[in-house]
Amino acid sequence: MLTSEDDILLTAQAWKQAGRQVAIATVVETWGSAPRPVGSHLVIDEGGSFLGSVSGGCVEGEVVTEAQDVIEDGKPRMLEFGVADETAWRAGFSCGGRIKVYVERVD
Amino acid sequence: MRLDLLAALNAERAARRPCVLVTDLAAGTQRLVHAHEIAADPLAGALENQIHLGKSGLVHQDGRDWFLSVQIPPSRLIAIGAVHISQALAPIAKLIDLDIVIVDPRTAFASLERFPDVPLIAEWPEVALPPLGLDRFTAMVALCHDPRIDDPALAAALASECFYIGALGSRKTHAKRLERLRGQGFGDAELAKIHAPIGLDIGAVSPAEIAVSIIGELVSARRQKPLRAAAEVAA
Repeated sequence: MLTSEDDILLTAQAWKQAGRQVAIATVVETWGSAPRPVGSHLVIDEGGSFLGSVSGGCVEGEVVTEAQDVIEDGKPRMLEFGVADETAWRAGFSCGGRIKVYVERVD
Repeated sequence: MRLDLLAALNAERAARRPCVLVTDLAAGTQRLVHAHEIAADPLAGALENQIHLGKSGLVHQDGRDWFLSVQIPPSRLIAIGAVHISQALAPIAKLIDLDIVIVDPRTAFASLERFPDVPLIAEWPEVALPPLGLDRFTAMVALCHDPRIDDPALAAALASECFYIGALGSRKTHAKRLERLRGQGFGDAELAKIHAPIGLDIGAVSPAEIAVSIIGELVSARRQKPLRAAAEVAA
């Protein structure tokens, strides 16, 4: 099923209100043929469950991992992925685009 | 993000009111700007621009990077007429994230059997439309072929900010319709907002094909991009 952006932010609220630890990742900048537009969200919980997408599947794994640190210490992080980046290449972000993703905890 | 900000943002979305979550990326601080607060905000110009584009974006102002997460209501399609074309419109609308509502006072048409998964209002437009609130994120298509149902709906749409208005019918039918609406006091500039004959000119014949042509025209109105051919003529 396709999830709209609505569902993702509502899910973030519902998860938090249900007592889960939650982080929200947001695409804040894109260059080239990035697969998801600026403003796209991914919601992640402390168990690594997630909903939504920031890249159409290429870098979600890395974002979910980084989100665990954000959930742990509460400090927002800016992540950057692109073909020039070894991590992103490993993550399969080979479509030629670059994205910046802001990850923050819901408090 | 504070949970109360997230809840307030979701409440604005549910009420179909635009709003923007502003994040100071260096400091990590945030504020939610409601639609009525935009003009007085220090970032007013950028906020208005992003809302107009319907896009989130990064802006650099006062030596800081701000991320504007723009929340605009999902587009909605009000179809007047629980007709065959509406049955085809419903699943296509769902695929492109368009909330569809069907209005038809004729209960034989507006039946759950014909529209099992679609919000259906079996009322006259005069009753059904005011509570829906026709905003600039709403499109309306009049498909009844019955002026007693289509005309009041079109009049309501013309008096609103609907981003797309379409009416089914031949050129001849539409000419008569325009005459009736002129009689109600609508001017030519307003009446020109009605797309008729409805839909892109792709030679659609079946109800499903007509639905595709309507949705195509509606998407182009939503994205505010002229058809390539029209743009080339203008250039």
